Amino acid sequence: MIKQKIVLRFPPHIVEQPTIYHLIKDFELMVNILRADINPKKEGRLMMELSGSELNYQRAIEWLTEQGLQILNLEQQIIWRSDRCTHCGACTVICPTNALVFDRPEMTVRFEEEKCIVCELCLRACPARAMETLVENAGLSNGK
Amino acid sequence: MEVNRSIEEINEKIRNGQVVVLTAEEVIGAVKENGLAETAAAVDVVTTGTFGPMCSSGVFLNVGHPQPRIKLNEAYLNGVPAYAGIAAVDLYLGAAAIPPTDPANRNYPGEFIYGGGHVIEDLVAGKEVRLDATAYGTDCYPLKKIETSFRLAEINEATLYNPRNAYQNYNVAVNMGPKTIYTYMGILKPGPGNANYSSAGQLSPLFNDPLLKTIGIGTRIFLGGGIGYVAWHGTQHNPAVERTGSGIPKGPAGTLALIGDLKQMQPHWLRGLSYLGYGVTMQVGLGVPIPILNEEIMGYCAVSDDEIFAPVVDYHHSYPNREAGNLGLVSYGELKSGSIILEGKKVPTASLSSYAGAREIAASLKEWIEAGQFTLSEPAAPLPSVEAGIGLNVMPRRNPDEREE
Repeated sequence: MIKQKIVLRFPPHIVEQPTIYHLIKDFELMVNILRADINPKKEGRLMMELSGSELNYQRAIEWLTEQGLQILNLEQQIIWRSDRCTHCGACTVICPTNALVFDRPEMTVRFEEEKCIVCELCLRACPARAMETLVENAGLSNGK
Repeated sequence: MEVNRSIEEINEKIRNGQVVVLTAEEVIGAVKENGLAETAAAVDVVTTGTFGPMCSSGVFLNVGHPQPRIKLNEAYLNGVPAYAGIAAVDLYLGAAAIPPTDPANRNYPGEFIYGGGHVIEDLVAGKEVRLDATAYGTDCYPLKKIETSFRLAEINEATLYNPRNAYQNYNVAVNMGPKTIYTYMGILKPGPGNANYSSAGQLSPLFNDPLLKTIGIGTRIFLGGGIGYVAWHGTQHNPAVERTGSGIPKGPAGTLALIGDLKQMQPHWLRGLSYLGYGVTMQVGLGVPIPILNEEIMGYCAVSDDEIFAPVVDYHHSYPNREAGNLGLVSYGELKSGSIILEGKKVPTASLSSYAGAREIAASLKEWIEAGQFTLSEPAAPLPSVEAGIGLNVMPRRNPDEREE
């Protein structure tokens, strides 16, 4: 069994395809969608947790790649810039999954990436703008 | 043996390398363990610190005359307006200033990505800052327009002058309304979903000298990573509030006006901040040394978070409408535990002031004093305290067209 959080980026020409249907029907994966959106350029972004057998998961990833989707690791989508963080703690009551936690008695902020669901609330809640996202920078067209 | 130290005696010990310094956090345990008298006899100085958002901050700049000369009338630094209503090339840049092009809250809640506090941080970091200015032109100052850039090191003076810093206590903000609000106390969720506070509590300078018995005009301090001075009492200085038996105010009270040379400060301790839906401000790091002149002063410095209380205030209705609305007092001990109980409900807490930063500042100041790099100054005059009879005025609302000539 494997359980993995990923981000799928859909180019405009396949944004209307029933991709999730295939993941469930053809690869017997359990799909838990965390967040989905389509930007004005009709590029889609889907954050989800996939679980199923290791083999099916690998086959599904290969198939998704063949379809022209870009697959990113969800845990790398939000970046905590510790050099910018002033450790006030304002973000810790805004983060809905406690991925941003306040350690006591150290009184410092810590980011637990694996708990992050990329809701992005912290980006604007941080007064020092210590939270950044890769998503806006990672263009689809350059193939990276 | 009764302790009776002078600042001069303490400075002599600093110069001889014999001074004993504890931070306001360390001293709490020392007094508990060894008692007040023994600790007062052993310790010469207690260092404090705070690193919180302080909107009433800014810098006086003299950018130097170009060739030909100019009398700046309207000036922008990286697009942020600076006040030019003083001499020709003098400016005052406020931490809360925003560019005229910022959509502000027309795009609610506004992001306020860049403003005065950020320009100050950039200047201190040594970055090149753009100046766009216009003038009406005079016989002595003919230039009417300038577009240029400069670094902090290239201008004449840069004097940080903060009209109100180091608030002695502050409100704990909650939202008793139905939807999320965006305030200078951060994002407040309904429910209330969170309670935000902004003080270093037991490490905060004015909690360690609550009646201003040692801090006065001319007190030398840690300011923005460099050395600064107490210039005056701060704006909205309000010492006559209700206090605990040990003199600790139960709500916002005293404030300090601070001054220092920006050129010797560090960007780490002067940080531009963006408060969603509110505006820009600056996080200012400051620390004040408290000379342990006697046992009474040591008693003040031994105060702990459990003995300091702040009022919980509704920022949905009470605060904006200037209505009384204290929902109860909570201690900084409770606030720092991560949650408070409000009307029977557990509410998570968050700070806007960095306690970790406050600790670092108090520790730095301690190091400076121990290393003989920082001596204490004798205040030139005391600050108004409880007996001064200062209070807060409410702005009159009347018809200005019918005012008396």
